[in-house]
Amino acid sequence: MSAAQVPSAPAMGTVIAAGPSRLGFGRLLVAEWTKIRSVQSTVWSLLAFVVVAVGFSTLVATVISHDWNTPGNHPNHARLVTDPTAVIFGAGLGLGQLAICVLGAIVITSEYTSGTIRASLLAVPNRIPMLTAKALVFAAIDFVVSAITVFAVFFITTAILRSHVSITLGQPGVARAVIGAILYLTVLGLFALAIGGLIRHTAGAVAIVIATVIVVPPLVSLIPGTIANHIHGYLPTVAGELVAQTSQQPGDVLSGWQGFGVFCLWTAVLLVACAWLLVRRDA
Amino acid sequence: MAEASGLIEAHELTKRFGDKVAVDHLSFTVEPGRVTGFLGPNGAGKSTTMRLILGLDRPQSGTATIGGLAYHQLDRPLHTVGALLEARSLHPGRSARNHLLFLAETQGFPARRADEVIDLVGLRAVARKRVGGFSLGMTQRLGIAAAMLGDPRVLLLDEPVNGLDPEGIRWVRTFMRQLAAEGRTIFVSSHLMSEMAVTADHLIVIGRGRLIADSTTQEFIQRSSERSVLVRTPDPDRLRELVTGEGGIIQGEDGPDGAASLIVTGLPAPRIGELAASASVVLHELTPRLASLEEAFMELTADSVEYGDPNAPTGDARRPAERSAP
Repeated sequence: MSAAQVPSAPAMGTVIAAGPSRLGFGRLLVAEWTKIRSVQSTVWSLLAFVVVAVGFSTLVATVISHDWNTPGNHPNHARLVTDPTAVIFGAGLGLGQLAICVLGAIVITSEYTSGTIRASLLAVPNRIPMLTAKALVFAAIDFVVSAITVFAVFFITTAILRSHVSITLGQPGVARAVIGAILYLTVLGLFALAIGGLIRHTAGAVAIVIATVIVVPPLVSLIPGTIANHIHGYLPTVAGELVAQTSQQPGDVLSGWQGFGVFCLWTAVLLVACAWLLVRRDA
Repeated sequence: MAEASGLIEAHELTKRFGDKVAVDHLSFTVEPGRVTGFLGPNGAGKSTTMRLILGLDRPQSGTATIGGLAYHQLDRPLHTVGALLEARSLHPGRSARNHLLFLAETQGFPARRADEVIDLVGLRAVARKRVGGFSLGMTQRLGIAAAMLGDPRVLLLDEPVNGLDPEGIRWVRTFMRQLAAEGRTIFVSSHLMSEMAVTADHLIVIGRGRLIADSTTQEFIQRSSERSVLVRTPDPDRLRELVTGEGGIIQGEDGPDGAASLIVTGLPAPRIGELAASASVVLHELTPRLASLEEAFMELTADSVEYGDPNAPTGDARRPAERSAP
């Protein structure tokens, strides 16, 4: 383009002047929705979550069903009666949740690694509303996709196991556990987002979130003694997962809702720390 | 609505990163209706100052305001201020249009505003392509589109022509001049004096985070380009006497036996010639030299270059006095 083609600028103002004069929070939600849907990492992470969760759950249910009448020890059989959702969700969602962890962290770290945070903060200099909008939009997406996935896993696996054991939403604690699994995955996303906002680097944040979810709990459980047992019980995801169980198991330090409350508390503390640092640190 | 005028004011702005002082009690004003160049060597604190004005960094002390308001007090800030930062601020996986769209949405601008600024910078053909594949020039144009999104009355541009080809440079330059002619405030940083000389009406020069000069470009050039005269003579002792007797100053002396070169300031070339003639001193050369803008700028900021090696040999043009030290 040659210099002569620079268009005259004054005409550009007309559209702007007609616009609303105050920034509403709704606009921030719309903008965050545009941001999150316009990068491929969102689509790929969510797709990975659904495929891994549904696929792996189906595989495990199929193997359990296939081996049902073979001789030998089957600890799953008893558990399927006392706590069916722990078995159903344990495998597929346990693995699939890592995709949610990655996405939650990336939603915020990608702003820093790409520098988009500067454009974002120039447009919305009030940082806490921006973070709030981002967290709400991501939580909503996480909730919807988790709900679809959890129900899909539930109905597919119970259908596979139907000839051996009957599991329905009407049984005591089952509906609570299904809803609990959806809520757990939603809060897990926010937990990862908060760590992403604290660390601000994708690799570091993802490593820390995944370590917290799958590395630390088994290590802590190796420590003998009741104190270690309590520490283990209060770890974020160990506590959080309890709400996806049909009933409290022997050895669980907390009930389902108590555990979920502990997990929410962890997440809230991290989100507050994230917001505090977001305001204080240079972007 | 907080509607700000186009005046940028920095008052005693100070920013430290650890022990390092990036901006040191910097005060200046940027007026609307002209292009104000923000000049300084690399590491002088130009980008940090701009980030402080834009509220991206928090100063340890001092204030920066736009039309009397801190950046975060602006409603719809993109309608008041447009900024092009030197550091990349785009997600490589997002399309140009989606980048502008989300920015427009934060301000409540209609989506077609994103298309308007895409056309403004001539990126329509690649609007829906991911910006990761953009050339530096295209990225820079997209940055300008983002800055123009809100039709702002104030523009902050950090090294906007860095990495652009000559055509791109001319485009940006024309664009800035036109926007200033419309009464907008244009604050543009550069480490190149030559670029600022043809673009800026007014200059704010900083070094090591401190203000070095704040004047019109013309004044700055006149004040900085000190005239000197190169004189070559086989009789330097005699000439030195004549020149210093008339109030001239020998800035440098050089050369082996037979024909020494002297650099003289404070006396015009014709006067030196007359003095030499009256005393029958042979001159081999008498050349008036006008320091180039770049030299003037280097001279002015030489003490404030952040990463310079003080022991490194300086260029001829930069330090004639040092060159001639025996």
